[in-house]
Amino acid sequence: MSVKVIIPTPLRVYAGKADSTEVSAKTVGEALGQLTSKFGDLRKHLFTEDGKLRSFVNVYVNDEDIRYLSKENTPTKDGDTISIVPSIAGGLL
Amino acid sequence: MSNAAQLKISSELADKIRSHGAETYPHECCGALLGRDTEVAHRNVFREIHALYPLVNRRDDSPRNRFSLTSQDVLDAEKAARECGLEVVGWYHSHPDHPARPSQYDRDHAWPWYSYIIVSVANRVPEEMTSWRLTDDRSEFEGEEIGLQRVAS
Repeated sequence: MSVKVIIPTPLRVYAGKADSTEVSAKTVGEALGQLTSKFGDLRKHLFTEDGKLRSFVNVYVNDEDIRYLSKENTPTKDGDTISIVPSIAGGLL
Repeated sequence: MSNAAQLKISSELADKIRSHGAETYPHECCGALLGRDTEVAHRNVFREIHALYPLVNRRDDSPRNRFSLTSQDVLDAEKAARECGLEVVGWYHSHPDHPARPSQYDRDHAWPWYSYIIVSVANRVPEEMTSWRLTDDRSEFEGEEIGLQRVAS
């Protein structure tokens, strides 16, 4: 399934400044795997060392948050758009 | 970072960040930095802040030492930036009664490329303001020199 992945602004420097890319994937997990295979430097900013999506990385399939679908097992179909949108957090301690 | 990075911001906007920190004290304030990058000679890039987009700290459970912004906040800031012909180039927040230095928590939750301005606010009085960028390998923040401009952007 041909799926478009929107790359968030802070990660575009690791994707040749591209704001999106097309991947072939049946699930969100496959799409993110294809994305990080294509642009290896993205991986550490999207995933923890044990391979989990970082908590401040929000992933949507056509505007639906995958947390409320099947997370990385959410199926994708031709023409779907996956958006990666940051949350921002911090604190003095 | 391979290229020297500088951050330029007007004194007026820097004062607005300080004021926001003073207003929300003893809680952390936060907001978006709207601007653009310009590459100049010799592969130097400078980042200029042209506007702020103040936001509400969503950490109402622990606002004295934490801040957070939702993905919707980020999308709203990005939309506001596009409408001005700018982009979101970073975020600011305050450290109440604490130095303007990024914490481990800041680092754990940071995105690369963004500038992170931190203002220290002691007893409601804004003090030092610093700016930082996460390194590519996420191992640390690098300080970013802030150049204050006299004319408002």
